[in-house]
Amino acid sequence: MRLLLGSLFALAVAAVVGLGATYFALTRGAAFGPLTIGSWTAWPKTGTVGADPYARASIARVGRLPTALGDGVAFTASTDDKGRLLDGRCDVVLAGVTPAARFWTITLYNTDGELVANSINRFGFTSQEIVRHADGSFEIAVTPRANPGNWLPSGGVERYVLVLRLYDTAVGVSTKAGREVPMPAVAVRGCP
Amino acid sequence: MIRWLLLALGGALLGGIVHLATIIILPRTATHDAYSRLAPDAPVNTVAAVPAPTPESAPMPFMDPAFASAVCRYDLSQGPLKLSVPVSLAYTSVSFYTRYDVAYYAINDRAAGRRVVELDLMTADQHNQMPEDEEITAADRLIVESPTLTGLIAIRALAPEPGLMPMAQSAVAAAKCVRAEDPKPSR
Repeated sequence: MRLLLGSLFALAVAAVVGLGATYFALTRGAAFGPLTIGSWTAWPKTGTVGADPYARASIARVGRLPTALGDGVAFTASTDDKGRLLDGRCDVVLAGVTPAARFWTITLYNTDGELVANSINRFGFTSQEIVRHADGSFEIAVTPRANPGNWLPSGGVERYVLVLRLYDTAVGVSTKAGREVPMPAVAVRGCP
Repeated sequence: MIRWLLLALGGALLGGIVHLATIIILPRTATHDAYSRLAPDAPVNTVAAVPAPTPESAPMPFMDPAFASAVCRYDLSQGPLKLSVPVSLAYTSVSFYTRYDVAYYAINDRAAGRRVVELDLMTADQHNQMPEDEEITAADRLIVESPTLTGLIAIRALAPEPGLMPMAQSAVAAAKCVRAEDPKPSR
């Protein structure tokens, strides 16, 4: 009886620990070799045959096709530079420049990876649409209400993520965070 | 007390094995991965347009709305595949994925350096079986080796402004993916 109870206990611990760790790893989207710059994180290796099992599992679970490294690199931001989760009811400003790339796009998704409905059907910007300052830097206002300049509607959703994709870029597996890879700063300007 | 602690420790170790096993098995058992989502609307060895994502519906999560895209779901068991993708005005890329959504190769219009990206897709075995002289005549074609018999080719063209979307869509729609021996295109 004691043996049976003991084995059941050990197996229960194994199930909770094992499945719990798997669930945790997949919901956090963990993978090896992240490239973090400010609040932006990319996993360049996920777009290669060298993708680790965690990356493969999280891709299969989400159901997306990863951006292949020969195509580009996708940076995701779910918080501002102070680590607060991005809230669609707040006014958030992205300011700065991007690393060198032939084209880039920035897109706003909800946490499930769906586009967020808004009155002007704008879900993001491409590098060609952006209005820039004289020095080449730009500002994008991510706000629920219309804003002058580069306005990216947040649709007032509670949580969202921003994905900045660089296409045909030298940023890759061997890139280290530093001066060559500047990413736009993400700052909350005001919250109702 | 010691006995239960030891059992908990043993359980935790076993849990580590359970964790690694589930992580490794998961891609092979996933029923909603990108390949399975696209498969019903993508016939084998044919280019099929992928509808643009909207807030209401999207073929896959985290699709870039600035791109027009199409996929060719391939099966190399009958022989190699020929792929040709006309280059659009802005940026065109062709990415290759295995059955389990691992990207193993990608090329863009600039790397291809022509008006049309032309590629031969085959397995390593088929590449080895290719006659020598044919390889010389095919020297100007790019040969891509697929690690698996089945997989996906994603063909994507950027619309730098929303008004250029029809241009990107027509570039993607003109892409062809056909069996190498098949004389008539499959679309």
